[in-house]
Amino acid sequence: MGETLKISSKHLNFYYGDFQALYDVSLDFKPCQVTSLIGPSGCGKSTYLRCLNRMNDLIPISRVQGKILLDNEDIYDMSLDVVSLRRRVGMVFQKPNPFPKTIFENIAYGMRVNGIKDKAFIARRVEESLKQAALWEEVRDRLHESALGLSGGQQQRLCIARALAVEPEVLLMDEPCSALDPIATQKIEELIYELKKNYTIIIVTHSMQQAARVSDMTAFFYIGKLIEVGETDSLFTRPKLKQTEDYITGRFG
Amino acid sequence: MDAASQYIKDESETGMSLSLNGETEIRKTAAALRNRRKRIQKFFFTLFRIAALINGAALFVIIFFMVKNGIGAINWTFLTEVPTDSMTKGGIFPCIVGTLCLSIGAILVALPIGMASAVYLNEYARPGRMLRIIRLGISNLAGVPSVVFGLFGLAFFVVYLKMGVSILAGALTLGAMTLPVIIGATEEALKTVPNTYREASLALGATKWQTIYRVILPTALPGTLTGAILGLSRAAGETAPIMFTAAVFFTPEKCPSSILHKVMALPYHIYVLATAGTEIEATRPLQYGTALVLIALVLGMNLLAIVWRSRLRKRMRQ
Repeated sequence: MGETLKISSKHLNFYYGDFQALYDVSLDFKPCQVTSLIGPSGCGKSTYLRCLNRMNDLIPISRVQGKILLDNEDIYDMSLDVVSLRRRVGMVFQKPNPFPKTIFENIAYGMRVNGIKDKAFIARRVEESLKQAALWEEVRDRLHESALGLSGGQQQRLCIARALAVEPEVLLMDEPCSALDPIATQKIEELIYELKKNYTIIIVTHSMQQAARVSDMTAFFYIGKLIEVGETDSLFTRPKLKQTEDYITGRFG
Repeated sequence: MDAASQYIKDESETGMSLSLNGETEIRKTAAALRNRRKRIQKFFFTLFRIAALINGAALFVIIFFMVKNGIGAINWTFLTEVPTDSMTKGGIFPCIVGTLCLSIGAILVALPIGMASAVYLNEYARPGRMLRIIRLGISNLAGVPSVVFGLFGLAFFVVYLKMGVSILAGALTLGAMTLPVIIGATEEALKTVPNTYREASLALGATKWQTIYRVILPTALPGTLTGAILGLSRAAGETAPIMFTAAVFFTPEKCPSSILHKVMALPYHIYVLATAGTEIEATRPLQYGTALVLIALVLGMNLLAIVWRSRLRKRMRQ
């Protein structure tokens, strides 16, 4: 191996009741890289993403086999605290989902639930996070207004800032631009490019252009299986498998 | 395959006449029925509108009737004094205080238990047999007649737990009766909280309890308040549950000094004056007056809570 890995899954199988949604997925993520997960709807890429911070635990009938290692620690190990795992592995969802609270409180929320009480620290971190998410200039004068008054693109950047505020190590993004217009999408993509200096980012996307623009690595999923993974450039220009080629050239999916 | 190609062939033949004639069977029929359908549409629309109007009118008629008959009895003495001359004179102040004590007590009992139950049912309990049994229990509790609650309160709180006929026993009985309303309303409110809020909170490393306490409950609060309002109005107006557990015909106390004391209460006062007194006809204006006060009290409480609720909602949006 030689290189260090931030996250890697080993022979991951995932079931919703009797339905197997993921088959034997082994995939490695290097630190400070962006990896795109692509594939047609229902191929399991979102399910895979939600295994990485154990959001699938919320589904009562779900079941996981195999391992996911975060810094060589199995996140499905009984001794691991899922709450602190989710602090380390942040998530941005498909639809912007700010809380019905003020902009400030949205960002401060993660710190508060993680036990931080120092008001000056929280205020500083709120500002830092909003700057990191390229939202500070737009909201600095309205921090104490409801986050629901922001536009869709601003809300999504707020959600990114909210995730960043608790200093995660990995950032999972589940189609973060699917509800946004092209201009807002561009802003988020620029943001991803900035953020990869400090974070390991895994992004599920339906847009192959987006995958090509933002990611270092791309993994192609199809019907619950990982078909092909490689450096984004070579996967898009010289796919090794026919299935991958068919998908990226738009012949199916 | 043959049938299909045959069909396509027919289609191409008749299709010609379709575009030539302009009018097909379905277009003709639809045109002919247009007015009839409009009339039917209008008929049902009117029917529904009348049904809705009846609702509004009912409340209006009741209030109008009560105001017309009761307003004459209302004056400062009536609102602030104790009854005198074997209930034919004086006021109903102790009844107002008693009803306030009982309904506030009922809410204090029912709101925490009801909200906690709803949170358990909606956020924690896993679907299954147990959950179905509990839900069945709650919906049946809602169907139990209020007089049965009264008898239960008498047997359990008053006699078995030795509370005696008291505000405490009455508030507990009313609280038990109000529980299903509050549970139902809170559960509805919790269901309207989008799942994305739960996910967002958990993904930030919040525990389930932090998620419930800091995100879900505040979001569900306006809806829960609606439940509390409904429960409160119902508790304030009930006679049967308090007649064995809390209310008496007369107490010399203007304000109860202990929750273990008996009280007078508006609904019970009306009931006694109208059925059991020696001066039923003579006290008629007082009966209407008391009823008017009761309605005003309940509507006033509702109004207060509605204003509070909408302010909460507004604060959340901005």
